[in-house]
Amino acid sequence: MSDTPVLITGLGAASPLGLSADSLWQGLSQGECGIQTIKAFDPVGFPCKLAGEVPDYKLRKFIPKTARKSAKLMSRDIELAVIAAQDAFAMAELKTKASAPDEINIDPARFAINLGAGLISCDLVELAPAVAASIKDGTFNLKQWGLKGIEQVTPLWLLKYLPNMLACHISIIHDLQGPSNTITCAEASGHLSIIEASQVIQRGQADMALAGGAEAKVNPIVMARQCLVKRATSAQNAAPQTACRPFDAQATGAVFGEGAGLVVLEHKDIALARQAPVLAELTGYGQSNSISSVYERVEADGRGIQIAIEKALTSANISPADLDLVIPHGTGIPTDDLAESHALARALGDCATRVPVWPTKSMLSNTGAASGGLDLIAAICAMKNGLIPGAQNCDQRAEGCQLNISQAPVPGPIRYALCCSYTYGGQTAALVLKNPQL
Amino acid sequence: MKQTDSRKRVVITGMGIVCPLGHDLETVWQALLAGKSGAGPTTIFDASTMPTTFDAEVKDYDYREHVNLPELHQHGNRGSSFIVGAAAQACQQARVDTETDTPTDGIERTRMGIYLGAGEGSVDNDVFFAALTKAWQPDDAQMDWGKWAEVAFERMSPMHELEQEPNMPAAHLALLTGARGPTRSCLTACAASTQAVGEAYSIIQAGDADVMIAGGAHSMIHPLGIMGFNRLTALSTRNDSPQTASRPFSESRDGFVIGEGGAVLILESLTCAQKRNVPILAELIGYGSTADAFRVTDMHDEARGAMGAIRAALDDAQLSVQDIDYINAHGTSTTENDSIETMAIKGVFGERAPHIPVSSIKSSMGHLIGAAGAAELISCVLALRDNTIPPTANLHDPDPQLGLDYVPNTPRQTPLNTVMNESFGFGGQNNVVIIQRYAGPDA
Repeated sequence: MSDTPVLITGLGAASPLGLSADSLWQGLSQGECGIQTIKAFDPVGFPCKLAGEVPDYKLRKFIPKTARKSAKLMSRDIELAVIAAQDAFAMAELKTKASAPDEINIDPARFAINLGAGLISCDLVELAPAVAASIKDGTFNLKQWGLKGIEQVTPLWLLKYLPNMLACHISIIHDLQGPSNTITCAEASGHLSIIEASQVIQRGQADMALAGGAEAKVNPIVMARQCLVKRATSAQNAAPQTACRPFDAQATGAVFGEGAGLVVLEHKDIALARQAPVLAELTGYGQSNSISSVYERVEADGRGIQIAIEKALTSANISPADLDLVIPHGTGIPTDDLAESHALARALGDCATRVPVWPTKSMLSNTGAASGGLDLIAAICAMKNGLIPGAQNCDQRAEGCQLNISQAPVPGPIRYALCCSYTYGGQTAALVLKNPQL
Repeated sequence: MKQTDSRKRVVITGMGIVCPLGHDLETVWQALLAGKSGAGPTTIFDASTMPTTFDAEVKDYDYREHVNLPELHQHGNRGSSFIVGAAAQACQQARVDTETDTPTDGIERTRMGIYLGAGEGSVDNDVFFAALTKAWQPDDAQMDWGKWAEVAFERMSPMHELEQEPNMPAAHLALLTGARGPTRSCLTACAASTQAVGEAYSIIQAGDADVMIAGGAHSMIHPLGIMGFNRLTALSTRNDSPQTASRPFSESRDGFVIGEGGAVLILESLTCAQKRNVPILAELIGYGSTADAFRVTDMHDEARGAMGAIRAALDDAQLSVQDIDYINAHGTSTTENDSIETMAIKGVFGERAPHIPVSSIKSSMGHLIGAAGAAELISCVLALRDNTIPPTANLHDPDPQLGLDYVPNTPRQTPLNTVMNESFGFGGQNNVVIIQRYAGPDA
């Protein structure tokens, strides 16, 4: 990392455990599980009928009146991001055009936004009348689609589904005019966007940034896709709460979900000058690739994850012995978990069996682009509270996994925490956080 | 602000392209100079009844001609197949070894990364529409998800579904090159691959990588993509004359012509290029990025974001408005973009604006969406090489409201040293990069 320290001063979340970063930590610290039978649609016929869904909300409560019109153009991914953004700004004590137009304490031109987003799947119900109007002789007909179908679709349809619209809406609502990017690296997007936002601040192009990610995966297309590539568990439909079992001997696959996990990053000088609540310092990061011709799985030896972790430790200028917490990607897919175990074992050496490892997806599900930001928030809350909550659904470690996963809570000071992530398609990332109190 | 003392210099050492004008640099360059059009009637799907029945497609392309291990890429979406060919060309020019576990090109693989502006793949149309048709219950306006699942799980191909993800083109390049360094993929609409190049440049500058494979890949030529753009009334509907439909800066412009393609630039620290003794094509010296923060549907009406990005790129390059010899415009041929972009150039460059040649190669190539910026940056490097500006084709009735020098219809030979490339995307994404003729290690 360069010499410019980057601090984290705000956390915002929407997750299966609630509509704020506070409720996320409340739930995690009590071992609550946000996974249930899918409610968003009837999962009959789906091998996996489980998901982590965000509790019901009224969007109006989370956006200023001026944004109500544009709310019609928000897909669910966008809504979740907008909700988490409001939460993050409030915790960071930042007043924006949305919250206090007369007392704004950000410089819009110096505020960046880097969000991770998923491939937003279109709402099939919304599209269905257009498809129905395109049927000829009982089957869908492209000529009819052009003649009759497309006029059934709302004119601004496309704008709901472009991945960069999460950042677009937030930048409009809060007036953020600095560099803006949208990282689309699936499950590694959250960490990668936070790395990039930190770099934007370090190279002097912004003073502050909103970063992290959001994704709403609970729709038939995404769920079908994850079932088809055999990442989703199909064996646990009767037991939602214990279905997702990262690093456990009985693990049978992942459970997918939705959420948003965002953080406010700030140049240290700016944060200290305004006496911001300093929650953590981002002191290191690393990125690499898993190179696997089986594109939907990470490579078996976890090398790409290992490289990212080693780079993160080097850039933070710490040794594995300095770590007091690791939040792994840990999906519950046995081969991927084993690969990540190998990566941690090699990157952390002797410390790999000592440092507490706390997987969160057993409670949160795999929220795709949101997962990296949510894990970062979980790590920061653990630091702040001096407590690593008990790991859920890891009753007996899988063969080959020597990680220190404790079912009992582990109290004690956390100086440094490591978060790692990887995705199908191979991108890997790791972040090191430092506790500002220690 | 400036940290020139510690920042690494970044040079371009390889390029490759697959686009509607051809599948190699020289073919594409000659077509651009000749003002040829890549447009024609849509053949990828039956678009004969759509408001727009034409596009600019990549034709007669087979990625297998570019690689030794084609089976690794057999499921790739159109964007992935384009980027594999473009990257293979770029790596060859930059002497980066591909498809080997034992590279001898002098590049440490953990110091070589990938940054793409890449789009999603097309849905599997037949299955997608069949499942919806079977499941829709028009009487109560509901879906029968059981019926949907029946079709989906019987007919959807797992690999086709996975390959729709926008990070997959980068995955293919990781397999092609063995890159283990920083790897990201972004999707900021039509500005994506300029942003990818800009961020890749920043990664090398900061010392986080020695080499970055940067670029873009995209195809939105599918029933949902064309429907989406048609509903936004963003596409030209000049169906009787596809080849003259993309006419940036003309009074009669009526929308963009959608294209597709892949474009790759090999970026490298100057030190690494010197150590490897590879020819340097140009130096990348500036990058600026802003958000409009204005409206979901429109560009900022006073070009605030676009001007901010241009100024940020000039600041980053430590240049003044006097230093830019040519601007490769975003120039989409939509009423809004060409007006606002012109306003931005006038706003930043002031009195000098009418004296700077500005051209849009979208007039020939079409709009490659996520891949557009990287493809256009490649044309900037070739322009520098040959001291020749590619023209804005189809510009016979310049919009009198605009009034810059848009290099109409014929290429222009002129000494070029410093060139700016602009990209603007839906949602208010503004990205600008600046390249310069490489003037030696002490420049």
